[in-house]
Amino acid sequence: MLPKFRMKWFCSVALMTLFLLPLIATAAEGTGISGDSNWPWWVWPIILFVFCFALGIVAVLAGVGGGVLYVPLVSGFFPFHIDFVRGAGLMVALAGALAAGPGLLRRNLASLRLALPVALIASTFSIIGAMLGLYLSKVNPNIVQVCLGVTIVGIAILIFLSKNTEKPVVTCQDAVGLALGISGSCLDEATKEEIHWKTHRTLLGLVMFVFIGILAGMFGLGAGWANVPVLNLLLGVPLKISVATSKFLLSITDTSAAWIYMNKGCVIPLIAIPSIIGLMFGSFVGVRLLSIAKPKFIRLMVIFVLLFAGLKAIDKGLGIGFLG
Amino acid sequence: MTEQLNKNLKPMSEQITYANLLFIGAWAGILLMLITYFIYITGIISPHVDIAVIIQNWDKGVDEYLKITNSPHGWGWLSLLNTGDFLNFVGLVLIAVLTIICYLFLVAGYQKRKDWIYFFICVFEIAVLVLAASGVLGTGGH
Repeated sequence: MLPKFRMKWFCSVALMTLFLLPLIATAAEGTGISGDSNWPWWVWPIILFVFCFALGIVAVLAGVGGGVLYVPLVSGFFPFHIDFVRGAGLMVALAGALAAGPGLLRRNLASLRLALPVALIASTFSIIGAMLGLYLSKVNPNIVQVCLGVTIVGIAILIFLSKNTEKPVVTCQDAVGLALGISGSCLDEATKEEIHWKTHRTLLGLVMFVFIGILAGMFGLGAGWANVPVLNLLLGVPLKISVATSKFLLSITDTSAAWIYMNKGCVIPLIAIPSIIGLMFGSFVGVRLLSIAKPKFIRLMVIFVLLFAGLKAIDKGLGIGFLG
Repeated sequence: MTEQLNKNLKPMSEQITYANLLFIGAWAGILLMLITYFIYITGIISPHVDIAVIIQNWDKGVDEYLKITNSPHGWGWLSLLNTGDFLNFVGLVLIAVLTIICYLFLVAGYQKRKDWIYFFICVFEIAVLVLAASGVLGTGGH
């Protein structure tokens, strides 16, 4: 176990990196480094790796997926076209979800009975979202940039306002939930308590995943920010099961959208691989820091970062240049 | 009663198989990415598109980028596996194909249990993912 002060140091450095590296990247873009490079090419993978490492730490501590932070920050502050950022963002979210999936499934925290019907809807519509996003980007990339900015600002507000419930009360399961047998039991390892759960308002919840799928595919975002409130607050699934199922769900939803972007040629390994590896390693460190971090403070910081990244995306899309 | 409860608390065997496959596949993919990326950036195998050309054009839209760099879309990368940059797609594709493989085990499991609703959900999901992976949708470009 690392000493407490070193862990705090790690958290502070991660947050500072998250702020500083995009600014360096913006400065580099402004001086024409992306095109007529004065810097050697290998600076870019290193910046991306370090940035994503910090992003991985902060994302775990704030309880959000990497994709939702990656896409607005990288598209807002790095010189890459939004097509490649979305492609890399989906691969980042996918790799993170795949790495977390086995543990969640083995502990029965991620529920297949809940995830499979939802995943079918979300993954189908994420294909439509991806195609729509690529089409809009072809027409005018600024449209996607502005829509992304508005979505990110909305996500920041959603995270700020949503008050998830640890154990929602579901008195009577609805017909759709009953027909699909969406219910389950698992053991809460922290309290040694058995959790039994079932769903209500299932049909409405399933419809919500149409929109979640479209947004996830369109902007290359992992959709954990939307999955959890819908599963927890609307369907009445306990928070732990919702979070775990949402993470597992991303491995399916993002797969379909990732294929569309990959087949279109939107995944550049030079950008995508340091991002994936950086975020994975950052997530491992983030998990170790969870015990000492102050999640409330980190959460507030992430809301601030999201708001800033969202406004920057709107600013960039509209070409105002207010935020640099 | 307790036995039934314990049974409910345990995941079904296909869920464990799914988890194990995911574990092996995800880590194999990440390891492959590390190796192929190392080969790529050290120049052990020369790339199809020079890194300097990528950096000069990564701010352009995908269609324009593909045209300038003469890069393929869809499964065209397969014919360029002997180049350092497209070799990286081995790891990327592995993590993108994992879910489809895992679903095949679920299909078998639900068929064995005669849980036809979930059997068809899994079959449809495989169809959706295969359709996305096939490159039939939205690969029109240059």
